[in-house]
Amino acid sequence: MAALFLELFSEEIPARMQPRAAEDLARLTAEALSGLSPTNIQTWYGPRRIALAADVNAQVAAVSSTERGPRANAPEQALQGFLRKHRATREQVRQEGDYWVLEKQADAIAATDLIAGAVPGVLRRFPWSKSMRWGGTSHFTWVRPLRRIVCLLDGQVVPFDLRDGTDDGHGLTSGNLTEGHRFHAPGAFEVSSAADWTTKLREHRVLVDAADRKRVIAEGIARIAAEKSITIVDDPGLLDEVAGLVEWPVPMAGRIAGEHMDLPPEIRQVSMRVNQRYFAARSGNGEAAPWFIFAANIDADDGGVAIVAGNERVLRARFSDARHFWDLDRKARLESRVPSLDHVTYHAKLGTQGQRVGRLRRLAELIAPQVDAGEALADRAAELAKADLVTGMVGEFPELQGVMGRYYALHDHEDSYVADAIRDHYAPRGPSDPVPTAPVSIAVALADKLDQLACFFAIDERPTGAGDPYALRRAALGVIRIIRENGLRLKLLLLLDLAVTAARHAAGEHAATLTDERAMRALNDNPGATVLRGADAIARVTRPVPGTDLHIDLLAFEILEFLAERLRVQLRGEGARHDVLAAVFAAGADDDITRLLRRTEAVSAFLGQDDGANLLAAYRRAANILRIEERKDGPHTDAPDSSLLAEPAEEALHRSVIAGLAIGILVHDEKYAEAMAEMAKLRGPLDAFFETVTVNAPEPKMRRNRLRLLNQVRTTMDRVADFSRIEG
Amino acid sequence: MTERPLSFQDLILRLHTFWSKQGCVILQPYDVEMGAGTFHPATTLRALGPKPWAAAYVQPSRRPTDGRYGENPNRLQHYYQYQVIMKPSPADAQDLLLASYRHIGLDPLRHDFRFVEDDWESPTLGAWGLGWEVWCDGMEVGQFTYFQQVGGIPVTLPSFEMTYGLERLTMYVQDKENVFDLDFNGTGVKYGDVFLRAEREYSAHNFEYADPAMLTRHFADAEAECASLLKHDLALPAYDQCIKASHLFNLLDARGVISVTERASYIGRVRTLAKSCCEAWVAGDQG
Repeated sequence: MAALFLELFSEEIPARMQPRAAEDLARLTAEALSGLSPTNIQTWYGPRRIALAADVNAQVAAVSSTERGPRANAPEQALQGFLRKHRATREQVRQEGDYWVLEKQADAIAATDLIAGAVPGVLRRFPWSKSMRWGGTSHFTWVRPLRRIVCLLDGQVVPFDLRDGTDDGHGLTSGNLTEGHRFHAPGAFEVSSAADWTTKLREHRVLVDAADRKRVIAEGIARIAAEKSITIVDDPGLLDEVAGLVEWPVPMAGRIAGEHMDLPPEIRQVSMRVNQRYFAARSGNGEAAPWFIFAANIDADDGGVAIVAGNERVLRARFSDARHFWDLDRKARLESRVPSLDHVTYHAKLGTQGQRVGRLRRLAELIAPQVDAGEALADRAAELAKADLVTGMVGEFPELQGVMGRYYALHDHEDSYVADAIRDHYAPRGPSDPVPTAPVSIAVALADKLDQLACFFAIDERPTGAGDPYALRRAALGVIRIIRENGLRLKLLLLLDLAVTAARHAAGEHAATLTDERAMRALNDNPGATVLRGADAIARVTRPVPGTDLHIDLLAFEILEFLAERLRVQLRGEGARHDVLAAVFAAGADDDITRLLRRTEAVSAFLGQDDGANLLAAYRRAANILRIEERKDGPHTDAPDSSLLAEPAEEALHRSVIAGLAIGILVHDEKYAEAMAEMAKLRGPLDAFFETVTVNAPEPKMRRNRLRLLNQVRTTMDRVADFSRIEG
Repeated sequence: MTERPLSFQDLILRLHTFWSKQGCVILQPYDVEMGAGTFHPATTLRALGPKPWAAAYVQPSRRPTDGRYGENPNRLQHYYQYQVIMKPSPADAQDLLLASYRHIGLDPLRHDFRFVEDDWESPTLGAWGLGWEVWCDGMEVGQFTYFQQVGGIPVTLPSFEMTYGLERLTMYVQDKENVFDLDFNGTGVKYGDVFLRAEREYSAHNFEYADPAMLTRHFADAEAECASLLKHDLALPAYDQCIKASHLFNLLDARGVISVTERASYIGRVRTLAKSCCEAWVAGDQG
């Protein structure tokens, strides 16, 4: 075994790219050096370097192998071809039996040679998300200029350079020199191993391990917090980022001027966290404390006085800039800004934010009664929801959209439900963000997301495996979570149909056109579907909703399916029976997600019981038999003829199936427990049927009748869920 | 900073002295209105082609939409950028830059200097590069870019470009909270004495009185003139027209008469001019 150490020392690497770069380095090096079976791979990352240590074999052992060639009596050209392929000479082959054979000998490769040959390739194809050229004419790129390469094997330099043909590779060669802290310890020094590197860099004021830097920052924060009797808002993401910005963290605290403590906390938060990477503080009573904590990268010669003063000034300037917008924005009423939204593009193919607000108002008003919200309030909230996009503050700090709208609405004495809805209609912004619970907020939040889904489906911008640029999966998950967590009962298909109609109108000429081929396919796949060509020449397909006289735009069904798919993914994430959901949804595209989930839970519970598991097995047996026999003579959809029922088990099953008609009614009435209990009653007769009755009876009439009976069992069960989709 | 802090003009002189010693050509401001020092032909055009080049200059930068009638302590519609370009980028570019800050009184063992990720892109110039914001005690005191592409053309030799916001930097050095309070010359003249009236009047011009119909005409004229000059391979005069068009677009923007769709189209038109000028420059002898 030999100890490999590799360090790539560069100008400052963006903090967010460092952890990934260390992972990539480990993966690519392990692949490139697989011949040396690297083990104990360890990596480091920081602002100016990524590094790797590993144990590798001292060499790739010599190997010999035997290659069989052409037959000895084959034409001479065959042998010549074989020799060329293996770069061998006539002298190296011998005859063995009827064949020519070649003893191939691969020499041992010393680790240092293999590393020197492989590492430049790893560096050349390193997957930085964005990389750059610098200096002279070399086309070797790195995330920022690469300045030094340390590559050691048991303390000895593994010599290589980055030349490539006429490209000078910036004249970079591997060596044993690295550099410490930019200001505290300028200049290069030698290192001999990973351990030596770690120790010497610490002496040169660099903590190479991100975990060490985080620990120093966290300890400093705790110390300062104790001194000042404050608590620091826990922020692991910020801690990670700050640890990627400093090599020698020195935590410090600065004061926030009292006159700025009355700014809304969200505004202070953005300036501090996003712009400055400061940690926020709270006092004992949980209120914001007039302190901020940050980490400098030096032990300043004045103890940090100038650094603290400087950072306090920067924050003062940021806060006074924010105050300027805060004061200015409140001089105009929020509603007076609504007309300006007609000049703000939502999407090049989907018109303006002003038009969008019009759609949101109609949708919110329709949703309102379904979620116990006042229609007038929902309408008002939707009208004002986007108005803060044209305020100075949101122009400056886009992440404050919604938040500022709420403040400005409160300042204008709008209803507090309206104000909250303006802020919360964007929620949930992520998987851990809470969903709105106030009815008016729910109405606008749903309107916002349904319109978003409808709009981008209407211009055929659906998420693909490659990406989801318009965050439609997040929007769909938002809809699902709002419905689930509030237990809402919505007529989702109708809402989607309205949203789709409005979205098609907004998209106008950009609306996804229905090609004849797609129309034909849609008609084939959707019994009862109709192709409509409107006055606007936009073709669309509508599909009847079973049990109603409604015809719904096919796009609305597609969005519903998209929602169901996200729901399935969510259930899988929770460890729930996502296959049961798919089975239940397949039995009838229910647009009431709450009902869908209750039904799924009931079926899951049923399948967890003895009766359920056994019935599922029997169902599969029935379905298998039907599939095989239907291939011979088509479906057996007719009702069985009771006069042909010969065996007692047959008759019993028939009676159960007739009784089972109640299942459909119970499901319709949402009496799922009773429906499952009714289903359980099928188990005994079905088992008995399979035990005592031969389905493929010699008499064709009897056989047909029994297949019809089985088909009825299947149909009865399929009303609850498509059991063929159940896994396991 | 034990002695009296530098005045605004002394700070500029120090930067000139420093970059002059690094072999830069010290140029005077370009005499066409522009939004940023990068537009100066000494940067945009000279960044292209294989000839080495190093220059430093002050460039008045006009950002019509940033005008606040002299009422905001941090925002100006006219301010000064100090611009340095070195091609090819020297291996010690970062060290040079830090030395320049030391030269104006900011010691990196007392002040916390950092290089914070910043990808630079100019859609109007069809240019991009990678680099950092340079932070001093949490404040951005400069922008450092390694140019990768200009005028839609990948660079032959990557340049290092450094832009200092002179007012903001001097405010830091002088510990002032209001730009108009800056000590301009060390003998009693303040920044406001020189520029406050101009900020008020130009803000009114930019936001209220500039004639949109006339600006639109001038834009079309500049665009046409640029194209016609390019027919005669006059890259530099053509590029002046491109800069003018860009500034006219900024004025139209400040007047609030450009819709969002038009905006994208204006930016595209300026980019087309910039690309054509850059191509014409590269086709010539670049001297």
